Amino acid sequence: MTSLSDPQAGSFRLSMLLNDTRYRSYTFQFVALMCIIAVFGYLGLNLAANLRTAGLSISFDFLSAPSGYDINQRPIDYTSQSTHLRASIVGIMNTLIVAVLACATATVLGVAAGVARLSPNWLLRKMMSVYVEAFRNVPVLIWILIIFSIMTAVLPPPNAFRGENPTATMVMGAFAFTNRGVYAPWPIWGDGSWVVVATFLASIAGAVIYRRHTTKVLFDTGRLMPRGWPTLAILILPAVVMFYVMGRPITLDYPALKGFNFQGGVNMLGSLIALWFALAIYTGAFIAENVRAGILAVSKGQTEAAASLGLRPNRIMSLVVLPQALRVIIPPLISNYLNITKNSSLAIAVGYMDVTGTLGGITLNQTGRAIECVLLLMAFYLTISLSISAVMNVYNNSVKLKER
Amino acid sequence: MADLSRAFVRRDMLPATPPPVGETGLVKWLRENLFSSPINTVMTLVSAFVIWWLVLAVWPWLSNGVWTTTSLAACREVLQGKTGACFSVLTERWHQLLFGFTYPADQYWRPTLGFVLLFVAAAPVLFFKLPRRLLIITAVYPFLAFWLIWGGSITVPLFVALGFVAAALTFQALAKQAMAQAALAAVIAALVVWWIGGQADLQVLVLEPVASRDIGGFMLNMILGVTCVSLSLPIGILLALGRRSDMPIIKWICVIFIEFVRGVPLITLLFVANVVLGYFLPPEVTFDLILRVIIMITLFSAAYIAEVIRGGLAALPKGQYEAADSLGLDYAQAMRLIILPQALKISIPGIVNVAVGLFKDTTLVSVISMYDLVGMVRGPIQGATEWNGVYWELFAFASLLFFVVCYGISQYSQWLEQQLRTDHR
Amino acid sequence: MQKSVILGAMTVAAFSAGAAAAATLDDVKARGKLNCGVSTSLVGFAAPDANGNWEGFDVAVCRAVAAAVFGDSKAVEFVPTTGKTRFTALASGEVDMLARNTTWTYSRDTDLKFDFIGVNYYDGQGFMVPKSLGVSSAKELNGSTVCIQTGTTTELNLADFFRANNITYTPVPIETNAEALQQYLAGACDTYTTDASGLAASRATFETPTDHIVLPEIISKEPLGPLVRHGDNDWADIVRWSLNVMIAAEELGVTSANVAELSAAPTTNPEINRLLGTEGEMGKMMGVDNAFAKNIIMQVGNYGEVFEKNIGASTSIGLARGLNAQWTDGGLLYTPPFR
Repeated sequence: MTSLSDPQAGSFRLSMLLNDTRYRSYTFQFVALMCIIAVFGYLGLNLAANLRTAGLSISFDFLSAPSGYDINQRPIDYTSQSTHLRASIVGIMNTLIVAVLACATATVLGVAAGVARLSPNWLLRKMMSVYVEAFRNVPVLIWILIIFSIMTAVLPPPNAFRGENPTATMVMGAFAFTNRGVYAPWPIWGDGSWVVVATFLASIAGAVIYRRHTTKVLFDTGRLMPRGWPTLAILILPAVVMFYVMGRPITLDYPALKGFNFQGGVNMLGSLIALWFALAIYTGAFIAENVRAGILAVSKGQTEAAASLGLRPNRIMSLVVLPQALRVIIPPLISNYLNITKNSSLAIAVGYMDVTGTLGGITLNQTGRAIECVLLLMAFYLTISLSISAVMNVYNNSVKLKER
Repeated sequence: MADLSRAFVRRDMLPATPPPVGETGLVKWLRENLFSSPINTVMTLVSAFVIWWLVLAVWPWLSNGVWTTTSLAACREVLQGKTGACFSVLTERWHQLLFGFTYPADQYWRPTLGFVLLFVAAAPVLFFKLPRRLLIITAVYPFLAFWLIWGGSITVPLFVALGFVAAALTFQALAKQAMAQAALAAVIAALVVWWIGGQADLQVLVLEPVASRDIGGFMLNMILGVTCVSLSLPIGILLALGRRSDMPIIKWICVIFIEFVRGVPLITLLFVANVVLGYFLPPEVTFDLILRVIIMITLFSAAYIAEVIRGGLAALPKGQYEAADSLGLDYAQAMRLIILPQALKISIPGIVNVAVGLFKDTTLVSVISMYDLVGMVRGPIQGATEWNGVYWELFAFASLLFFVVCYGISQYSQWLEQQLRTDHR
Repeated sequence: MQKSVILGAMTVAAFSAGAAAAATLDDVKARGKLNCGVSTSLVGFAAPDANGNWEGFDVAVCRAVAAAVFGDSKAVEFVPTTGKTRFTALASGEVDMLARNTTWTYSRDTDLKFDFIGVNYYDGQGFMVPKSLGVSSAKELNGSTVCIQTGTTTELNLADFFRANNITYTPVPIETNAEALQQYLAGACDTYTTDASGLAASRATFETPTDHIVLPEIISKEPLGPLVRHGDNDWADIVRWSLNVMIAAEELGVTSANVAELSAAPTTNPEINRLLGTEGEMGKMMGVDNAFAKNIIMQVGNYGEVFEKNIGASTSIGLARGLNAQWTDGGLLYTPPFR
């Protein structure tokens, strides 16, 4: 704007609120704010009026009342006499358990499939594109139901392990795959087992120090020391030696068929496995596409330049291509993790007791406190999402190309 | 000089020898693509084994399929203990899977026609080479489809459409003088037309009315998907512009809305639509469940589309904004003529991804007791005495329908990306 | 929907359906249809048949109320509700009444502000097990895996029962009845627990029903009945007496077959006359047609007829009357007199 077109100061007229670009934005914002306040006021007044006529009130007192129902997967102590609050916490932990498991598995699957889609092997490449397309184009709810049905229909019931001629047997005498879930051995921590654990933790620290040392040697002298085998040895050997020195304090508790079910060991519920696998395989297809795009985004010149420097193919991958590809891969990867967490609310379809199943399911049903329960549920998911986004922002800033 | 007479000089070319067997045709292809290295060979064998195993598992089931019985028990009788699918459930109940179980059977032609017309209406949007005048069909389609699917008198959608036309005409007539007044006048014009329409109870071209509750099956997924995506596009654009706006209050309203909606799972929003929304409306206002769900899914996808478009806006070079300013365009003109056409072009793949994701997510309405495709499978069909125990056939059918639609859309998106690539490679 | 929704939504002045809190009857009459909440799919109680017509024992109650209000048992819009959505659907006015095997409990009646208007089926929670499991009492189920349908009182009863008997179990909560049966039949749980009537209904759909038994223990009282919103007593009266008409009709021997004859002229039994509107103004007192009872019995049938048609011994569900017999036959059905 030139100084000529500027109106004289002090000649403010009311119409300028609409016509003058300097003031118009205030008008817009004022109107928008008023609209928002009006909408919320309207909703709030309705809510108050409706609650009054129904004789209800918003109150979170129900959270401290006994829940009265049982939950099949309890990461913390919980009985039907515990409060609704505790039931919600159990649900939150179950959500996190399945989300973490699915994220880890999806990453492994996705990276493998993404790399395989670029493999020189035609058959493998085609198979992987079938996998990716099949899972990306069918709703996750259907996949959850299908995998849950596979779990129940294909795996044998515990009854099949019984009798003279059982139709099913335990794998290696330790793992039982049943349609109620997988039963596996679980360690029993005897006296002195803490020594073994402490040794193991110390060896992890030792392995890290050794790797730092090799890097330093490499940078200082250019001498390449072996890393893989020594690291493995440092990790395992001391713990194993200590295990025998202490007289084998850690034993395994094997599952065995007692009564109606397998008892002992650790039990992963069928619903957990179904949800975990469904989410992992489904999201893995998306991650595969991200990984593929990330690797393709690294220009061929980079690979050729590295090759002309005399790097061997696996070093080209780990030192040149991957670090650059990761910059492209990680942001969508994290939003995929977010999707897994949000999609885990579909647990309700297979009866896995996540937070939607406890707080947003049985608690909501039994107490009838719909507004309170849904509000709490949203608050929980919002917290998780916002924290993950915050982490992502920090990461994005740290890997941003520093341009000069 | 050597004795030239003993020298041999070839004067004509030898005919090319055929390449070794290992370097031609099938063998070469096999060697390069399947057996180029020991690891590759192992991978080929493993993949082949997996495929073989899958085929062995699925083939008898498919080939022994029974298509003509009336219940699962009858299927089992026919199969005599052999493995085999009971596709009879599809032949018996296909109409319920597609249209829901209470849509009047003699009216199936209406949604079918609506579905076919969808392609006609979508074509001008999807293919830029078609004459622009065809966009009129696209504009008419929503009203036509509403009339076809819900039935009733055609005057209802007609008056709604007329309201929009009146608003557009009023706006155009007055926009030269003052934008704000024109907008206000347009709204009033539309309201007047709708009010008249509400008063005049004309019954013209009446189709048998169908209640929203009777709409179900894959048709419900399609309705939700198409409506919500098309409604959420304009909202998403506004939200994206709002989020990049200089006005702090508007910006923060948009940011809070987008982050809130993106932060919660769709299923909680559906719970809100189903269980909570009633408390926030006056008792005399009753929305259809389908309408409440459409509102919620639209808001949900608008937030995602807004983020995609914001990415597109951010990716435009700053020079474009400055160029628009230097031409003396105001904000609306700059956005309409310079910025949005380019930003939307960049955003198309992202928008298509959101659309596909949203279409798949419409299956979640089955959780709040709506009978969409998955709801039909899990509710009335599996609950029926005759078909209790049929899973794979139904899931396979549902997956197939979704796959065809979603795969089609993503193929289109890839084709479009090729078309729109204006840089020279 | 139609006009009201699209125009209503657009002008943001959605058309009035009447004040839900004050006079449900006026609402229903203005709408011309009764919105009745039923369960999503439970054969015998409420399930759509192959043509999409709702049928069942609970459905009959909805139809009876429609017959009382409109004289037309077809004027019902059935709203399928899940365990989760049923109470909010009623509280928010989406449905006018709920007939969805809902157990009458203290807290639902008081805390959730609903009015149960009677009991149309006396039920109790039972267990179904495969015969091959070799269990003859629910107390032998220590350590078992139990399939339950979520969103019902069964979860609470189950927890109470196992705690009272000091035995353990693993619950497998499932959303729909069909999926719970899938789990049970695949052996993913040892036993399936729900209302005994529901067990019988489900067992009837099995390939070989005789391989499964319902254990003798009934671990809870489940009086199932229709309910309405708290505070609209006029409407509650209509629903309550529509149900009572069906029960009284059976007691008095009025059936859909003989109701036309009995209502043509006053009979010698004054109570039948009052019931069928040939004597007195019973319908008017409630604000409905004087022949409302006649309409109900003619179009829906009396309690016994409805029971036999939907869940009785001759159907695949095959429930005996048991507690649901008339008080004169040793059951619990006992309706206040029409006077």
